[in-house]
Amino acid sequence: MNFNYVILIPLIPLAVFLLLGIFYKKIKPAVSGYIGVFGLLTSTVLSYYTAFQYFFVQEKVDGVYQTFVSKTTWMNFTDTLAIDMGILIDPISVMMLIVVSTISLMVHIYSRGYMKGDEGYTKFFAFLGLFSFSMFGLVLATNLFQIYIFWELVGVSSFLLIGYYYTKPSAVAASKKAFIVTRFADLGFLIGILIVGYYTGTYDFETLNNPEGNAILSWASTSFMGLSVLTWALILIFIGGAGKSAMFPLHIWLPDAMEGPTPVSALIHAATMVVAGVYLVARLFPMYYFVEDGFALNVVAYVGGFSSLFAAIIAVTQNDIKRVLAFSTMSQLGYMMMALGVSGYDGHEGVGYMASMFHLFTHAMFKALLFLGAGSVIHAVHSNYLKDMGGLRKYMPITNITFLIAALAISGVPPFAGFWSKDEILVAAFEHNKLLYFVGLFVAGLTAFYMFRIYFGIFWGKDTQYKHAPHESPIAMTFPLMFLGALSVVVGLIPFSEFVTADKAGFVAHLNYPLAAIAVGVGVVGIILSYIFYKKENDLAEKFSKAFGVFYKWTFNKFYFDEIYLFVTRKIIFNRISAPIAYFDKKYVDGFMEGMGNKTVVVSEKIKGIQSGKFQDYAFAFLAGFVILAMVFIYLWTK
Amino acid sequence: MIAGISIYEILTVTSILFFIGVYGFITRTNLISILMSVELILNASIINFVVINKYLYPDVFQGVFFSIFIIAVAAAETALAVAIIINLYRQISSVEVKDTEIMKY
Repeated sequence: MNFNYVILIPLIPLAVFLLLGIFYKKIKPAVSGYIGVFGLLTSTVLSYYTAFQYFFVQEKVDGVYQTFVSKTTWMNFTDTLAIDMGILIDPISVMMLIVVSTISLMVHIYSRGYMKGDEGYTKFFAFLGLFSFSMFGLVLATNLFQIYIFWELVGVSSFLLIGYYYTKPSAVAASKKAFIVTRFADLGFLIGILIVGYYTGTYDFETLNNPEGNAILSWASTSFMGLSVLTWALILIFIGGAGKSAMFPLHIWLPDAMEGPTPVSALIHAATMVVAGVYLVARLFPMYYFVEDGFALNVVAYVGGFSSLFAAIIAVTQNDIKRVLAFSTMSQLGYMMMALGVSGYDGHEGVGYMASMFHLFTHAMFKALLFLGAGSVIHAVHSNYLKDMGGLRKYMPITNITFLIAALAISGVPPFAGFWSKDEILVAAFEHNKLLYFVGLFVAGLTAFYMFRIYFGIFWGKDTQYKHAPHESPIAMTFPLMFLGALSVVVGLIPFSEFVTADKAGFVAHLNYPLAAIAVGVGVVGIILSYIFYKKENDLAEKFSKAFGVFYKWTFNKFYFDEIYLFVTRKIIFNRISAPIAYFDKKYVDGFMEGMGNKTVVVSEKIKGIQSGKFQDYAFAFLAGFVILAMVFIYLWTK
Repeated sequence: MIAGISIYEILTVTSILFFIGVYGFITRTNLISILMSVELILNASIINFVVINKYLYPDVFQGVFFSIFIIAVAAAETALAVAIIINLYRQISSVEVKDTEIMKY
């Protein structure tokens, strides 16, 4: 089967980006919107066609989905170590193509309504094109270096889009924060890549991931400080992934990234870019699993589980609806990481891996829907804060219903999408790690609670008197809501385990009824609690927050993590380390160099009178020299 | 051969003449004076040619011929120099060296 046409999927958005970016002053906004949407539509159709071909038309060999690689050498380091560029088609990359193209297309359509009348309309679509190109390139990467290149490209596009409202200081600060924090994490990623390259001599996923391959069997035994070098490399690579996926403690950039336009939050900071970290771990899953009995994988599991709990607790107290969604995203990403961490490899053992990918898939749909719904609400009331909302169900029926569907999906209520994937995650956690199972269960309850807290806060609750009556958004915005709403209902029914598994063979998953019942029960308890608290305006919630006292205050301030980071960077690193170094540099290094320059100037000032430009002076100098030489020679000769 | 005068005396005179020319060349501020100083230098060397030819090699004439050659060249050179000076005078109404600094730029 020939999959070479897949290269067009990333290249079309790149062409759109170049076209809109170069001619952005000449193209009319109406036209540029259509160009962006049409480009993405082409990529989406190609992605669906690829998925159809891959999963249904071509035959499995020995019951395993084959991996297709088409690549060309890009940079030759040594005879044995080269960097390739190419495309890699396997179950997870095909699944990611579907996710990225669907969400990106919906966001393109939505942006035509949301960004209408904005000054940088064309620029916005150009950036979206750049982001789509980078993300497609990332999921199709054939080796660690290629993924790293596109990894940085999505970072840049994210930076550009967070800072899209560049006249707002908070947006500029947020974009810098996002870029610096993720760059800092990527340093770990880069070192990890270099270690892998140094020891195994290859960057190719296929070679690295081969369970019988050199990388896993022989190099894993080279040890360094008590762990194998590859374990160190994998932990470092996971740091890069944790930075992108906003895992604790590198999560601080994600809530601030909500300064960007809401469609961007939906596309980048909910559905696609932030799952890059999960995707990276999944991509290297055989290495994580086999090297040293999965020590690095345990790190992934606990970091994921902790982040998930941590973020869910914070989300309960936040009042900015986009920030609640941001922490919810972080929590769900922690869920996915945790699921990967507790996964096995073969057959049904690999349920965690499957569940993680499944949750990534369903989460992308309903979280994008939540963000787009939130965008629709913000568009209508011009505020991000819950206090400015309430009773909107009367004004915005479509947004209300789609938001409710998404909230039910994320809370894990059957038959919506989130139920199926969350259930699989809890099954995997239950089978391998009871502690993480209970963390997951508690988070599931919290998720339902905070999600319905904002749902009731926006659409029910108090009857706010609006100055301008809010109205339903235009069709360009409601169509993506309805489409994603429909997807959020049905995608859970896809028999995902038959397509995407760790060993690529597929298995038949069965619903574990007791566990599913417990999870649904916990979710429903969360929903009922928030119904009591927030359905009607009352002071119950306030009383409870008073009862929690200090804990509430800590949570509300996100456990002061921003402040801790600021303290460490400003007070300790800047003052204690950077300032003395800067002083030394200014005073001595610069001083020495500038002193040399100044002295040269002084000397030349003094002697420049000699070069008068008058030929008589030169004639005199010539004569004087001649006379002196003549005298010297005469003296020497007559001695 | 001039009776009663040795070659040393004549060479002394030409040396003095030469250095007067050099001194004038360096110290004068007027272009015409500088030109005259150059003429002095040239004349000193012409006399040297003639005298050395006469006193040391009386039976040949190369020295004399060469001095005539130098006179011709000097005449041409002087004409050229005066032409330049006149043109310069038309431009800046001055023949002082310090005023000709404008030509540097």
